[in-house]
Amino acid sequence: MSKPHAIIIGAGFTGTATAHDLALRGFDVTVIERGDICHGTSGRTHGLLHSGGRYAVKDQESAVECITENTILRKIVPQVIEPNGGLFIALDESDLHYGESFIESCETCNIPIEEIKPEQALRLEPNINPKLLTAFLIPDGTFDPLRLALAFAATARKNGAKFRTYTEVKKLIANGKGNITGVNLIDLRSGKSAELYADIVVNATGAWAGEIVETVGVKVPVKPTPGVMVAFEQRFVQRTVNRLNKPGDGDIVLPQRRMVVVGTTSFEIDSLDYVPVIEEHVKLMIERGAQLIPAIASAKVRGKYMATRPLIGGGEGRSVARTFKCYDHKEMHNLDGLVTITGGKATTLRAMAETTADIVCAKLGIDEPCTTRETPLLSYRQYYMQPNEDLL
Amino acid sequence: MSPAKWNITLKIHRQKQGETPHFEDFAMEVDPDEYVLDAVERVWAFMDRTLCYRHACHHSTCGACGMRVNNVEKLTCITLIRDVTRDGATLKVEPLRNFPVVSDLAVDMGTFYSRMETVDARAVLPIPEAEVEHPPAEWEAADAQIIRLSDCIECGLCISACPAAATSTEYLGPAVLAGAQANGLKRNPELLEIVDSEDGLWRCHSAFECTVVCPSFVDPARRIMDLRRQVVGERFKRLFRKP
Repeated sequence: MSKPHAIIIGAGFTGTATAHDLALRGFDVTVIERGDICHGTSGRTHGLLHSGGRYAVKDQESAVECITENTILRKIVPQVIEPNGGLFIALDESDLHYGESFIESCETCNIPIEEIKPEQALRLEPNINPKLLTAFLIPDGTFDPLRLALAFAATARKNGAKFRTYTEVKKLIANGKGNITGVNLIDLRSGKSAELYADIVVNATGAWAGEIVETVGVKVPVKPTPGVMVAFEQRFVQRTVNRLNKPGDGDIVLPQRRMVVVGTTSFEIDSLDYVPVIEEHVKLMIERGAQLIPAIASAKVRGKYMATRPLIGGGEGRSVARTFKCYDHKEMHNLDGLVTITGGKATTLRAMAETTADIVCAKLGIDEPCTTRETPLLSYRQYYMQPNEDLL
Repeated sequence: MSPAKWNITLKIHRQKQGETPHFEDFAMEVDPDEYVLDAVERVWAFMDRTLCYRHACHHSTCGACGMRVNNVEKLTCITLIRDVTRDGATLKVEPLRNFPVVSDLAVDMGTFYSRMETVDARAVLPIPEAEVEHPPAEWEAADAQIIRLSDCIECGLCISACPAAATSTEYLGPAVLAGAQANGLKRNPELLEIVDSEDGLWRCHSAFECTVVCPSFVDPARRIMDLRRQVVGERFKRLFRKP
């Protein structure tokens, strides 16, 4: 019997991780991406390897996903991670009050935390706000966004997955019964179009998931929610620094190479393909960042940018759950041959892929277990070292 | 208050399969305080969806968006339009030199990445080896276990700017030699044979263009000079080693 063929639309975190998972389970995989790897949201993630602490109080499902996946990623892809931990710091009474439910919730979610005295925190991170009242050490980390996706893509490629980058899906192909059987695509390097058929199409376009399925007249409840981030030209800390309070704007600072990045904000948009960086948000990031690390107020800005989160479900902005969902359009719209994976966070990319691949396997009657938890990823450089697909 | 907008012409290198490379002009209104990559991205979003270019992080940590901007290698995500052109002028954007062009502004990183892999350039390294300027004394003991992503973001600007790289496709190039230096011959003695070769260290003729364009403070030129010292020292040592 020939291998089942899966088309994955999108080579961001979910697309590359799902390609890796399905390739390990014996699928022929073709990933279609209109840019290069991480053309959309994934590349611009601020790079926080969540311990789950940020969500422990209000969104325990996401918090548990984060600590589980954080632990797995440290093992399978250490090459792209600064595993140095993080601090949650309290600066006022409200923070201290939040700290009580923080301790309790982290315990419930199995997130290891350690309370340390302000002097101790300042010894570890001399640049944090010296007026801090207390601090918690937590297993946060940071990662290089592009290289995280490249490592999954490299390993998928080694296992036979094909990556058609600079190739855009023009529309989904439906058969007489209205089920999805493939995609119509155009190679942007040559201008040539083609049809590609598969046993299953995985829509892994994140914030763009709604646009893709709209072409066949259905909807997925994804709410594109951009946020602004600012990078500064000095590495003030070695660990991530979070405000000990409910998630808000500009309450995370994280180190990356010789920089720190402050994030983020949360707003809604109409058009997805170009979202301008709002100057007021940049000012807010500087102001809020400086509450955690006072030197940020006068530090040189190196980059201002934004990324559009694919949030799912109802609610507004910060209150929307950060968990993910794989939608089987057969169940939702009686449209077979298509699943959509969206929502989630960079930290949970592997779990998102596992859930998606489980659903794909169940749909096709394939009994292959997931092995990505224990499979170390190849060097991210191997993605570009392997030959590209021929042009159409 | 937002500053006055500029009207500029983006002159973009285009190259599709079977086409002769040429430039295409895109007139657009820009904020001088946005980045060159923002303008390129708007061309893609609103003017020509077939434009191919690499980008990912938009804050200089991934190295994907290196291009030649008005004949100079730039990481376009952190290059302010204000710094490279003026109101009413053109802004020429081309792919990096000394790399195969995939399409338009996108280049193929395959050979470069495989050379980085050959010299085992480390993606993450311990803080004490990261050459951070003026680390506070307090860090040292507590942070001995701390590692960080290395400075080199493998953007390829140095390879594009290097006059020696233009003369030989086999030349390892500045980033690769800098990666070998950061790794160190002591830590990895096999590197000696790789870098001490015609297309290794000795092809560099100290133009220092790499250091000028490096957006990430790696200073490849200094590292190449240091690696030469390491190589000479190692060869000298091996002369006196018993067979």
